[in-house]
Amino acid sequence: MNTEILGLITTYLLTLLIAIPLGKYLAKVFAGAPVWTDFMKPLEGLIFRLAGVSAREQMNWKQHMKALLTINLVWLVYGFFVLMFQDKLPLNPDGNPGMTPDLSFNTIISFVVNCDLQHYSGESGVTYLTQHIVVMFLMFVSCATGIAAAVVFFKAFRDKTTVKLGNFWEFFVLSITRLLLPLSFVIALVLAFNGTPASYEGKDQYISLQGDTVGVSRGPAAGMIAIKHLGTNGGGWFGANSSHPLENPNYLTNSVELIAQVIIPIAMVVCFGVFIRRRRLSWIIFGVMTIGMLLLLIPTVSSELGGSPALSKLGISQVSGAMEGKEVRFGPAITGYWSTVTTIISTGSVNSMHDSAMPLTGAWQLLGMMVNSFYGGCGVGLLNYFIYLIIAVFISGLMVGRTPEFLGHKVEAREIKIAALITLLSPFLILAGTAIAAYVFKYHGDAAWAVQPQNWLNNPGFHGFSEMLYEVTSANANNGSGFEGLGDNNVFWNVLTGFVLLLGRFLPIIGPVAIAGLLASKKFIPESAGTLRTDTVTFGLMTLAVIIVLNALSYFPALALGPLAEYFTMLKS
Amino acid sequence: MKKYILPSIRLTAVLLVLLCVVYPLAVAFAARFAPGAGGGEKLQKDGKVVGYERIGQVFDKPGYFWGRPSAVSYNAAGSAGSNKGPSNPDYLKQVADRVDTLLKYHPGLKKADIPADLVTASGSGLDPEISEQAARIQVSRVAKARGLDKARVAKVLAEHTEGPVFGLFGPATVHVLKLNLALDGLQK
Repeated sequence: MNTEILGLITTYLLTLLIAIPLGKYLAKVFAGAPVWTDFMKPLEGLIFRLAGVSAREQMNWKQHMKALLTINLVWLVYGFFVLMFQDKLPLNPDGNPGMTPDLSFNTIISFVVNCDLQHYSGESGVTYLTQHIVVMFLMFVSCATGIAAAVVFFKAFRDKTTVKLGNFWEFFVLSITRLLLPLSFVIALVLAFNGTPASYEGKDQYISLQGDTVGVSRGPAAGMIAIKHLGTNGGGWFGANSSHPLENPNYLTNSVELIAQVIIPIAMVVCFGVFIRRRRLSWIIFGVMTIGMLLLLIPTVSSELGGSPALSKLGISQVSGAMEGKEVRFGPAITGYWSTVTTIISTGSVNSMHDSAMPLTGAWQLLGMMVNSFYGGCGVGLLNYFIYLIIAVFISGLMVGRTPEFLGHKVEAREIKIAALITLLSPFLILAGTAIAAYVFKYHGDAAWAVQPQNWLNNPGFHGFSEMLYEVTSANANNGSGFEGLGDNNVFWNVLTGFVLLLGRFLPIIGPVAIAGLLASKKFIPESAGTLRTDTVTFGLMTLAVIIVLNALSYFPALALGPLAEYFTMLKS
Repeated sequence: MKKYILPSIRLTAVLLVLLCVVYPLAVAFAARFAPGAGGGEKLQKDGKVVGYERIGQVFDKPGYFWGRPSAVSYNAAGSAGSNKGPSNPDYLKQVADRVDTLLKYHPGLKKADIPADLVTASGSGLDPEISEQAARIQVSRVAKARGLDKARVAKVLAEHTEGPVFGLFGPATVHVLKLNLALDGLQK
């Protein structure tokens, strides 16, 4: 057991060791300061020229959002048709079929919004071509979209009063050429040399030692799995995602994939402080996020290491911890750590089946996604955190009787209204979505869909409810993991989560960027003794309190009906 | 918005070439120098491929060490866990049955010595490894079925137990297929 805990701690420390310098490097890249990767400049120049965009033009926040939404719309239309007709396109050695319109609708939205909820299985639902030109392509660009949006937000607080917030295309392309592409290449090589397939050979067949004839799905997976983690995407090459021994061959690759998914979210927080020259603020934010992570991580690891109480009652040994849905080469400790980071960071890749985790672990996973800003997804994690921060500024302002302000700009009614709407959006989507699903399950069990509602759930009772709650929560958080027992490939889930995904992605990007843009255009008020400082430990704890109170109020009843009820029944029986 | 449509389409096209052609081909090229040449590492017996190093197999004959239960019968054309919730009564019954099967084939085995990993399905359904304890309780059965000395089988097992990485990080594991191949190799 001790070697498992040591592996977990070392993995986290290595993450920090890489993420902090990476954040400082990113701040230089986006500020246009000289960095060692400037040798990429000719390539970037070529990309801008071929694309016919001017990377010099300064945009205000509205122009940024228009550019962002336009290119995302292009990807939606393009991917929708490619997925539907993938069977007619080349590079399909396994002869997989085209997607139904509703599955294609869901899948393309899911990848455009950096969620990677998958209602298909990688081995049979997509082709080598679509794995590349849709899935992997979107893994790069959706992550770069999030980073670019965050940089626009950073820009707003760098100068005192400004409406010029840089150029969207430049931020977007630099995120790829200076960060995602080179790092993905390194990670892909580590994976390939540890046993992940990377060649274009199709499915293989062999006769096993006992004489069974079995198949093996393969394909050029290593490159995609690298960006899947680095870009906090999470969609697997294989159905079983990173629990698949080809997608995640050993303990070392497991740590590499874990580090890869956490470095950019942490680096963006560091980058923020360096970029706006307020490092103290970003350390406070980092501190709050880390405390939040630990609050979810510690009970998760302890309940997974403790093993299943229901299996203990059968009288078997729990020395190896809870192992249903887990892989022996990782063990329960680092698997627990993975389940925490993948839910707080919106990666949604899994190295174990969350459906089979202990009931309370399920509650922590759900909470991680509901909060969605303890580190959070690439770029967007910080934007989500900012909304909580603005609410905290407002509430503390009221408490001490001062005009709320943030970094020298007055926070007024309009900004608070936006923040409040974004705060209410998540509970609305999650709770209303789950309620509709539960209603359909109960009263329209025989609807003639690909999977009839009465057959949706893989587990009875409270756990079945958790399966539905998890699916909607994961869609809203743009997470992409699932309680995969849920029969989700049918028109209901494809359409419902499709809409939840879209709203849960773009509004929480537009909201914070709009607030930042509005604040930046206001008169700068120099800090004085009367200023409510946001870079103090007190204010950090205030933000944490706001996060806890808002989420507890919104989600406690739903969690009580699902994982908490299951936990207490398990204790009783 | 109109202003951005054409640049968006063109930028998408350029990036498609860079990210979906240049990048994966570069990875595929470099991977040709990896073990298994990027197609997955294979294991052979008498010059014949008997499996992939990373993919587990079904073992139920008494002379072989058994692996973990699998939701896909170790057929790597697909992959999946059972997705059974921890309180599901059908699932608990299934585990209880697996425990009974183990007890039947291992006279003298105590319930409290059966580790959870040997009676629960893995996440991928393809887990090639089991825990040390899961292998240890099978030694006498394998030795008896093969007519080998128990100490001899235990020695092969010890040789095929992988400790934590660098002796420091992660759990110890036993690779079932390699272990069984080694046993077959003993008795040529």
